[in-house]
Amino acid sequence: MWAARGFPNLPGVRPRLHTLLASCLVGALLCAGGCGGRDEPADLIIVNGAEPESLDPQIVSGQPEMRVVSSLFEGLTRFNARTGDPEPALASHWELSPDGLVYTFHLRTNLTWSTGEPITAGDFAWSWLRVLKPATAADYAALLFYLKNAEEFHLGQLADEQAVGVRALDDHTLRVELVSPTAFFLSLCAFPPLAVVPPDVVGRHGDQWIRTQPLKTSGAYTLEFWRINDRIRLRRNLRYWDNANTQNDLVDLLPITSATTALNLYLNGQADIVWDKNLVPVHLTDALRGRPDFHTFDYLGSYFVRFNVTRKPFDDTRVRKAFAMAIDRQRIVERVTRGGEKPAATLVPLSTANYLPAEGLQHDPAEARRLFAEAGFPGGRGFPAVSYLLNAGTSGSADEKVAVELQAMWRDVLGVEVSLRPMEWKTYLATMSTLDYDLCRSSWIADYNDPNTFLDMFLSNSGNNRTGWKDARYDEIIRRANATVELQPRAEIFREAETYLLREVALIGPIYSYAGFNYYDPEKIAGIHPNPIDQHPISAIQRLRR
Amino acid sequence: MYYLKRILALVPLLLVISFLAFALVRVAPGGPFDRERAPASPEVERALKEKYRLDQPLWKQYVLYLGDLARGDLGPSMKYRHHSVNDIIRQALPATLVLGGLSFGFALGFGIPLGFATAARKGQWVDYGGSLLALIGICVPAFVIGPLLVMGFAIKLQWFPVALWDSPLNVVLPTLALGLFYSGRIARLMREGMLGVLNEPYIMTARSKGLTERAVLFKHALRPAVLPVISYAGPMLADLLTGSFVIENLFQIPGIGVFMVNSSLNKDYTMIVGLVLLYAALLLVLNLIVDFLYSRLDPQVKFE
Repeated sequence: MWAARGFPNLPGVRPRLHTLLASCLVGALLCAGGCGGRDEPADLIIVNGAEPESLDPQIVSGQPEMRVVSSLFEGLTRFNARTGDPEPALASHWELSPDGLVYTFHLRTNLTWSTGEPITAGDFAWSWLRVLKPATAADYAALLFYLKNAEEFHLGQLADEQAVGVRALDDHTLRVELVSPTAFFLSLCAFPPLAVVPPDVVGRHGDQWIRTQPLKTSGAYTLEFWRINDRIRLRRNLRYWDNANTQNDLVDLLPITSATTALNLYLNGQADIVWDKNLVPVHLTDALRGRPDFHTFDYLGSYFVRFNVTRKPFDDTRVRKAFAMAIDRQRIVERVTRGGEKPAATLVPLSTANYLPAEGLQHDPAEARRLFAEAGFPGGRGFPAVSYLLNAGTSGSADEKVAVELQAMWRDVLGVEVSLRPMEWKTYLATMSTLDYDLCRSSWIADYNDPNTFLDMFLSNSGNNRTGWKDARYDEIIRRANATVELQPRAEIFREAETYLLREVALIGPIYSYAGFNYYDPEKIAGIHPNPIDQHPISAIQRLRR
Repeated sequence: MYYLKRILALVPLLLVISFLAFALVRVAPGGPFDRERAPASPEVERALKEKYRLDQPLWKQYVLYLGDLARGDLGPSMKYRHHSVNDIIRQALPATLVLGGLSFGFALGFGIPLGFATAARKGQWVDYGGSLLALIGICVPAFVIGPLLVMGFAIKLQWFPVALWDSPLNVVLPTLALGLFYSGRIARLMREGMLGVLNEPYIMTARSKGLTERAVLFKHALRPAVLPVISYAGPMLADLLTGSFVIENLFQIPGIGVFMVNSSLNKDYTMIVGLVLLYAALLLVLNLIVDFLYSRLDPQVKFE
């Protein structure tokens, strides 16, 4: 009854209240109509994880960024879509000197930027020097320290650019001089920070160059637009040297961090591919794993516990060993993570190239108890209060579940009560870096497919060490490995280093190596191949049918 | 005159708020450049700090910030290096305004009649049903309502898209999910207001004069009863216009609510301060408007 009579009979209040209401509604509806996208439909819609912080290849460091950026800017090599190994890209071929120290890269002669100007070897030398300049603030500047004099140049100890080991001999030839033989250098060349960027645009626009339109790119795509938190649209670069093999014209990448939303979009056909490892709803893992469109594969990442060796009681090797040996990895991957992760007693994942597995400490409760008693804590008596630092919240609850599981294992095997200390991400990182912890949840993702990307983390001078451990012997073994050209002996030296790190020092307690995953319908989408570095060039992805 | 004074008083208030936000974010542990991968060298960290003036003493940083602020520049985002805070707000605000505006309209348009009807039919099924509905709106959080709406209307019935922001159809489910809570609050306020007013002696007078129930309700009760709703509508609109993290995240809406939460997690100092200022300014201005409306609707209220 009231509804039928409604408001129009209102004296006094009517004009104001109604005007307010009506103007709100009309205004909002008008805007809603205005925001309606009239974008042409894309060939592929990919859910890509977090919103990219940057699209400047030389600055980015996260995976969601790199996936976009590697489609826009290419390096001397690129990752093969099938294997993830480096293959010729802007360089068609190269020679390596017998001592393994000098690469001579030959650029393709038909290379142009997406705007038509030629790409030269000089552009490459300029780009690499840019990475090294501190003002660029490139997270990955250290990847170029393998170049002669590069570190000195970066630190300001050497001012002369010419002395750095990268030089254009002519427009199509680039000479690269290394400090020592670097087995994975061709993989580094495929990594976005070593891609070529346009010197004139960067010079003219500084930090904002990536937002210029049309953006001058060197890769398979150009940037159609970048709407923050909405979508990034890539369009085929017709001037790309390998344009003939690009399988699609228009690609949308959606920045989505909610696993549920990603799954909903995929199931409803609003997205074709979901490929961020954080985008599996944890509680649905079991249900999803059996589906034909859910693909998992070994991924070069490692999950482990750090011990702070600068603090009692973890300054005692026996205590660290006891804690490491109390971890039942099988139980953690089977009961907690359940996404296809592999239990690992080593830091380096088993599927890493040029790798011989080291002997880590196995799960051995009896030996753990014996060592613990020997260290002065029989049955956990007299053990001080310690805590396990972990990141809380955002990346899902798997970290918390693992922490609770570890807590139970240490209680059952060693008789100690470890308290949990969850912190939000940035605080967690700062706390770990300042060594304000006893035990700490840790992980590491490979930058390239080689044991060195994991093992150089614990060099004395590494900023990623974060354990307080400095050991000249370990440094020396790693240095010796990296000076070795032959792959087999090199792998053996790395094995020596890792065995020392895990068995004698017991600096960390490895838990598992990661599983990568993506979901897409193999009847609709082709060209995505599982590989250990989780590289899936967008240009190789093909839509078979709508 | 009174309102002019109030407007002038906003400036020092916003200054205090900006300083508090500016200082507090810097005191909190962790910084914008703490990353899983340590910087290549201390040089890189130094360059970044210099670029964002974090190498300077706090007071100087703040003075420089105020200088920029005076020109309307909220500074560069420390997380999204190629975007300024102004730029991000400019890109993200429209979606939030649309969603917030629609939800506001929905909350009033649904909540006021609901509250009115439940009060007018007190003790009857309309009251019980309507009050239950309002209670459900208030008690069930958006992160439950949202997924339920998606499941029902997007996945099962396929009437609406599950997420994204590219057609007018996209606004329906988020508007409902966001607006239901507020319409519940409004309905309750409206009902309480009406019941309070209906006990007033002048309503009895009106009834004893022989006025129809309809005239009593609409002519005499509604206007004073709507006042609590008006005073709640100001802060509510400020809330709605600065976005909802839950709803924007769930429906993948490129709005500002996501930044409200994520900027704190990312320690994006400039972004946090910029958004705090935006929220504070909206809240203060809307409260001012509420007071103005109040004085117009209720002759007893006079500001001098």
